[in-house]
Amino acid sequence: METKVGVFICKGCEIANSLDIDKLMEVATGECQAPVCKAHDMLCVPETVADIKTDIENEGLNRAVIAACSQRVFPELFNFGPHVLVDRTNFREQIAWCHAPNDEDTQMLAQDVIRAAIARVSNSEPPLPYIEETSKDIMVVGGGITGMTAARAASKAGYKVNLIEKEDHLGGWAIKWPKIFPKSPPYDKLQDPGYEELIKEVESDPDISVYKSTTIEKTAGQPGKFEVTLKNGSGPAKFTVGSIVLATGWKPYEPEKLTHLGYGSSPNIITNLQMEDMAASGEMKRPSDGKPIDSIAFIQCAGSRDQDHLPYCSAVCCRVSLKQALYVREKYPDAKIYIIYKDVRSPAQFELFYAGVQDDDAVFFTKGEITGVAGGGDGKIEIDVEETLFGEDIKIKTDMVVLAAGMVPTTRVDEEQTGDDEAANILEKQEKEVKTTADGKKEAESAEKGARILNLSYRQGTDLPTLKYGYPDSHFICFPYETRRTGIYAAGAVRAPMDSSSSTGDAYGAALKAIQAVEATAKGAAVHPRSGDLSFPEFFMQRCTQCKRCTEECPFGTLDEDQKGTPLENPFRCRRCGVCMGACPERIVSFKNYSVNMISQMIKSIDIPDEFEEKPRILAFICENDALPSVDMAGYKRLQYNSMIRIIPLRCLGSMNSVWVSDALARGFDGVLLIGCKKGDDYQCHFIKGSELASYRMENVQEKLKQLVLEEERVEIHEISITEYRKIPKIFDDFLEVIEEVGPNPYKGM
Amino acid sequence: MMESEPVEIKPESNETIADTLVVGGGIAGMTVAIETSEVGKKAVLVEREPSLGGRVASMNLYFPKLCPPACGLEINLRRIRSNPNIEILTLSEVESISGSPGNYNVTVKINPRYINARCTACGDCERVCEIERVNVRNEGLDKTKAIYLPHLLAYPPIYVVDPVYAGDDRMKKCVEACQYNAIDLDMQPKTITVNAKAIVWATGWKPYDAAKIDNLGFGQYKNVITSLVMERMASADGPTEGKIIRPSDGKEIARIGFVQCAGSRDENHLPYCSAVCCLASMKQATYVRELYPEAEIHLFYIDVRSPGRLEDFYNKVQDDEKIFFHRGKVGKISENPENGNLILEAEDTLKGTYSKTEVDMAVLAVGLVPSTLESPPPIDTEFDEYGFMRVNETNGVIGCGTVIRPFDVAASVQDATGATLRAINVGTGR
Repeated sequence: METKVGVFICKGCEIANSLDIDKLMEVATGECQAPVCKAHDMLCVPETVADIKTDIENEGLNRAVIAACSQRVFPELFNFGPHVLVDRTNFREQIAWCHAPNDEDTQMLAQDVIRAAIARVSNSEPPLPYIEETSKDIMVVGGGITGMTAARAASKAGYKVNLIEKEDHLGGWAIKWPKIFPKSPPYDKLQDPGYEELIKEVESDPDISVYKSTTIEKTAGQPGKFEVTLKNGSGPAKFTVGSIVLATGWKPYEPEKLTHLGYGSSPNIITNLQMEDMAASGEMKRPSDGKPIDSIAFIQCAGSRDQDHLPYCSAVCCRVSLKQALYVREKYPDAKIYIIYKDVRSPAQFELFYAGVQDDDAVFFTKGEITGVAGGGDGKIEIDVEETLFGEDIKIKTDMVVLAAGMVPTTRVDEEQTGDDEAANILEKQEKEVKTTADGKKEAESAEKGARILNLSYRQGTDLPTLKYGYPDSHFICFPYETRRTGIYAAGAVRAPMDSSSSTGDAYGAALKAIQAVEATAKGAAVHPRSGDLSFPEFFMQRCTQCKRCTEECPFGTLDEDQKGTPLENPFRCRRCGVCMGACPERIVSFKNYSVNMISQMIKSIDIPDEFEEKPRILAFICENDALPSVDMAGYKRLQYNSMIRIIPLRCLGSMNSVWVSDALARGFDGVLLIGCKKGDDYQCHFIKGSELASYRMENVQEKLKQLVLEEERVEIHEISITEYRKIPKIFDDFLEVIEEVGPNPYKGM
Repeated sequence: MMESEPVEIKPESNETIADTLVVGGGIAGMTVAIETSEVGKKAVLVEREPSLGGRVASMNLYFPKLCPPACGLEINLRRIRSNPNIEILTLSEVESISGSPGNYNVTVKINPRYINARCTACGDCERVCEIERVNVRNEGLDKTKAIYLPHLLAYPPIYVVDPVYAGDDRMKKCVEACQYNAIDLDMQPKTITVNAKAIVWATGWKPYDAAKIDNLGFGQYKNVITSLVMERMASADGPTEGKIIRPSDGKEIARIGFVQCAGSRDENHLPYCSAVCCLASMKQATYVRELYPEAEIHLFYIDVRSPGRLEDFYNKVQDDEKIFFHRGKVGKISENPENGNLILEAEDTLKGTYSKTEVDMAVLAVGLVPSTLESPPPIDTEFDEYGFMRVNETNGVIGCGTVIRPFDVAASVQDATGATLRAINVGTGR
């Protein structure tokens, strides 16, 4: 359909005081040929909004450029239905408030901004959602507390659930515990777990199909259409689900690796899990001779908080040992109990539990480092402790030692497990490719080797990519359920070390995200972080050269590929960041409302004065998530900067296609700025790898500069966080100085 | 580029409906409202303050990434801006709740903002305003005008008038300066009824009143501050624009003491552990060190609690040669009258030893008190003796975030996401 653009210019908030509105209107209706251009004293009042609506209807407009304030202000006002594409062109925060009023350069800036806005809406379409018939069923993997809770939570909300458990019974680890630590006030007594009730509920729920003694052979497809093939199943071998909750929990850190703590040297040195079994059996005795326990020591952080083993804290072991100390106290009221710790970690109300145990005269807490544990001939264990507080060494002799061993996520893969498996080798090779292309040091190590739980048939690997220590998450502060595989959410101890009550809460959260995923998918809408976005990438395959950049660089593993390396689309896996679009050297990836061509046309629309006028032009590609709001804030604070900058917002800096930089330089721009967010270990990119990819692509850009015989100073990349708005003017002005020093682009005017 | 359906900021009628009514517009409450709406259900969010964000909006950086909370806040606001299923009531308080799960009637009092929806946040009114008020957001360290924008990420992004000055004649100047007829000093409170299927209570926490810990000298010595003041000072938009200075003489700091468990883990104050303070102080130590490479940090603790992968952060901080960890609880703070420095006396209960350390500023890592201790939901609800709401899935109001236990931001968001589904299930009676 033909595009008909209406341009509506606001005169309020100092805009008319600093710009020649008539000239702007001339640009819009003259050279840009917009059929309608109107200026109003203020666009944001209901009367004007009604006028604009009337104009849109009467003139049959399908594009509207609202040249007023930031899109972050009055987001709700300028919505004229799904067929009218709106651009919020920011005259206020980005022009009137931060540039000299009634100035030739400011005016030229505003005119260019109008040109680019018209080019933008003229070269894009309102998005139409990608819709297919999808399943809203949910698969929960893991039948422990987390998995069962998630299954029940989803079923109660009206969703059908397939629950997969590899053992022949539900319940996971927790059903082995005779008691759990106190969850209810006054937080001083051990509680009964009461998980039988939950198992019964799950097994009798008509909306939950439980598959026991079952693992997953393959998960193919995408959200809404995951085709799952089961192994050794007790039910049908295949089904389709819409989303997945991964609740496969934890495994104990192998005690065999704890020889430095004496494990294996005496039967009387056991782990906390063995202690739990002993307590459950009612046979709490010294293993070597079945004698009663007169004294026992709990060694905390057995493996955890240890750079040679698990560098992280397993979060529950302190409380588990407190609980087990009480088991011993109950059975042997006269036993002496030692707890040797680094720090006692009993957060929140659990402090009351700790305080209660501390009050017990027979429990001795010793802060120290273990320097040796050895079994003596009499079955007794000698523990050497370096008391970190006094700086002196002490010896503790007990009947038994319990090692408070840590938790390891089931997604963690140890070297031997990947071994000589052919598929794993291929994946490993692919992983290396990803590493070299994207320079992603933290790339998803174990998952891409294949934890082999979900067995995803994804080009980027068989399971959820992990961030660190095998835990599959990414933005764990703001978005704890974010994973790098759309529609798959981790919950419970597989996501982070946590206790059973936290796991219960976590199960609800992951189930909610799984529900959102099936609902959004059914509507063809994106999930977090561009929730509700209906656009999706389309590939013009005829021009694909099988370079595989898009399939490798997608942070979410959206694209698979055929044998030749041609990308295979899976739109429901897509988060709409545009990284694939930025990656493609052939420019074949486009969204309806965001494309290589759209940005190229915006670049082309901007007027480049002849070099003699000494009016350098700088193009700034700015990530719309954090950097652009930061530019708005600089404007709000009336921070002033030069008017040679022309801003083009991007969905993510990772969507920057280096062709735009060549376009801009060929067109005569004197310099190009890229501003995005922080990369590296503490990355802030909403799409995880975007800023990292942008910086990687800078290498290509520098290569292009060489080819064009241009100075490398002409392109700069900056990282900025949203609150660093005070740095914005400096970045812009410093870069202008650099460009002035380098001199005009020789391609200007060619 | 595209925004979707309109969001109603204020209802025109006196009644509205919700699948879930969320009380508290901090990070937990916002999360519940957003997550609810993204399942296609309607949420009404009630916030007492003029803008959303709660305590997160006043924090400088998050641990362990040392990234600004504004980043997460902005993306959540973006989700709100493009979602028609969220109705936000600011300056609002729940007055009464009647009914039962699946069908609650909640009366909400909306206090006047004295600014209507025509406000563009252009700031003309603020520039002419002659009245100043103490800036509560900056812990009273500076002032704002009586008509003000709460902060740069305020949502809704419009001004508010401090009610104390709404009747002040000098405000008329502001009214005249506004080109948009956005100021209405005669605005009256109004009460509306929300019919909701479920209620989530996420009103958050308050810092423990440091003045109650009399041996630590807060309120007595100027250079004893709370962790909250520290966070505001370090913020780019805070009272000192990011400079860490000591209150007595404005001197930039060189030697700071962090006093952990200020109130927490103490039978006389808060017997529970506030769960976030260790990491919060380590975070503050990190940014102080970045700002002042010569500064020395002394951190006094009983146990360092950095669960899970946060241990990495603790390790990183320990590697800093100018951050010193001292095991021991600070029992007394006194002032060196000559230079305003503070002497921290710490006792190691295990060792039975005593130490004295002189610093130029002391930061009390004050504990978290659930807001429900003072303002419980106006309906029968179960609490523990510290005022934390009990987790309750079947009977009515669902506590969420720091009203159920001390949580960090990540755990609050996690809990809020779960509470969203609990509420949906309560609402549908399943």
